[in-house]
Amino acid sequence: MSFAQKMNAVWEYANPRKFLATTERVLPFFWASAALCLVIGLVWGFFFTPDDYRQGSTVKIIYLHVPSALMAINAWLMMLVTSLVWIVRRHHVSALAARAAAPVGLVMTLIALLTGAIWGQPMWGTWWAWDPRLTSFLILFLFYLGYIALWEAIEDPDTAADLTSVLCLVGSVFAILSRYAVNFWNQGLHQGASLSLDKEENVADVFYFPLLVCIAGFVLLFIALVLYRTGTEIRARRIRALLARERIAA
Amino acid sequence: MIALLVRDLRLAFRAGGGFGLGLAFFLIVTVLVPFSVGPQSSLLASIAPGVLWLGALLACLLSLDRLLALDWEDGTLDLLATAPLPLEAAVSVKALAHWLTTGLPLVLAAPVLGVLLNLPGPGYGWLVVSLLLGTPALSVIGTFGAALTVGLKRGGLLLSLLVLPLYVPTLIFGAEVARRGAQGLDLATPLLMLAGISAAAVALIPFASAAVLRVNLR
Repeated sequence: MSFAQKMNAVWEYANPRKFLATTERVLPFFWASAALCLVIGLVWGFFFTPDDYRQGSTVKIIYLHVPSALMAINAWLMMLVTSLVWIVRRHHVSALAARAAAPVGLVMTLIALLTGAIWGQPMWGTWWAWDPRLTSFLILFLFYLGYIALWEAIEDPDTAADLTSVLCLVGSVFAILSRYAVNFWNQGLHQGASLSLDKEENVADVFYFPLLVCIAGFVLLFIALVLYRTGTEIRARRIRALLARERIAA
Repeated sequence: MIALLVRDLRLAFRAGGGFGLGLAFFLIVTVLVPFSVGPQSSLLASIAPGVLWLGALLACLLSLDRLLALDWEDGTLDLLATAPLPLEAAVSVKALAHWLTTGLPLVLAAPVLGVLLNLPGPGYGWLVVSLLLGTPALSVIGTFGAALTVGLKRGGLLLSLLVLPLYVPTLIFGAEVARRGAQGLDLATPLLMLAGISAAAVALIPFASAAVLRVNLR
């Protein structure tokens, strides 16, 4: 099989039946590896890493804070891609995947905000500051809320998919714009990136490796949750179609 | 296009048309602020640009509900969609009419209300400039929100929730221009950003508005 053929094979999963069959096979693997990574990463991080010499044991909340913040942004990126696929190729599974990912992303944003507040209290002496990163996440939270509310408010599924897709596209542009706007608007308390490809900037190795395991766990958990929830959405829509058909027959 | 603009303006100015609603709200907000934060003139002077910008933004938000809803109910939008005029142009005209009836009066009223809030002398010019540049973006983005929620029975709350994060960049840069203007600081960067956002919104958002309106009308 050539590369182009392999790439084209992705579209087979636009068929809901094929999607359900495959996800049912791979889901147990994702659940298990997510649980394994999270248990290893969190136990390693919480109990087998030293306290930071300035922050004490509060530094350990990093194992929840950083991965959830990472996934909060990546979930929106995933929704952006699936929305584009829906607009261009009209695959229903794609629209449903975007719908399924939104509440997961919302919860990730909330975890990042809450763990950040819990961490900020002892470190900065305040639960909340109008720091650029915090403010951006609050705005992201509002975007998720609006997106989910729009999905829930519209009854016709295709209309809802179209409108939320456009909202996701426009929202992405404004989310990036807001990020630069708040950066300009206030200097931050928040530290710089904890992870980057430039090794110099990273947190120390003792914290780095358990953090990577935790991030892998969050990514796997996100994939498992989205696949599972997409399957639920597909089945819910099938049930609705069956009920409608029965009503017509009766 | 001009006929549509004239029609929208005439409807807005007619009794019950919603003209003056935003203006009245703007007036109420700014008059009530000194009662709630206290009458110290130095405090009022420092918050005046922000309060005026926030009041203008909320007044805009308040009138978005009616922007497309009435035309949706009586079928005017269906006619507009089948008319030879592209829907993108129609929503642009709608946004322009909204700006002329809501945004422009706010811009004109802002300096007067600035006196009430003890806005420092150099701030007046920049306040008007920032509102003049920023309110068109508010109208255009608001039209997008109105087009998204036009098919919903009680879309008002959802409309505010959707538009709120979209308004953030405009508000930040707009209020920053007004604040720096009032304090006599250098304001080239936020001014250029505000103008850029406004120009891009006016040029691009009508396409998104027309696209979602077509979805809602099918």
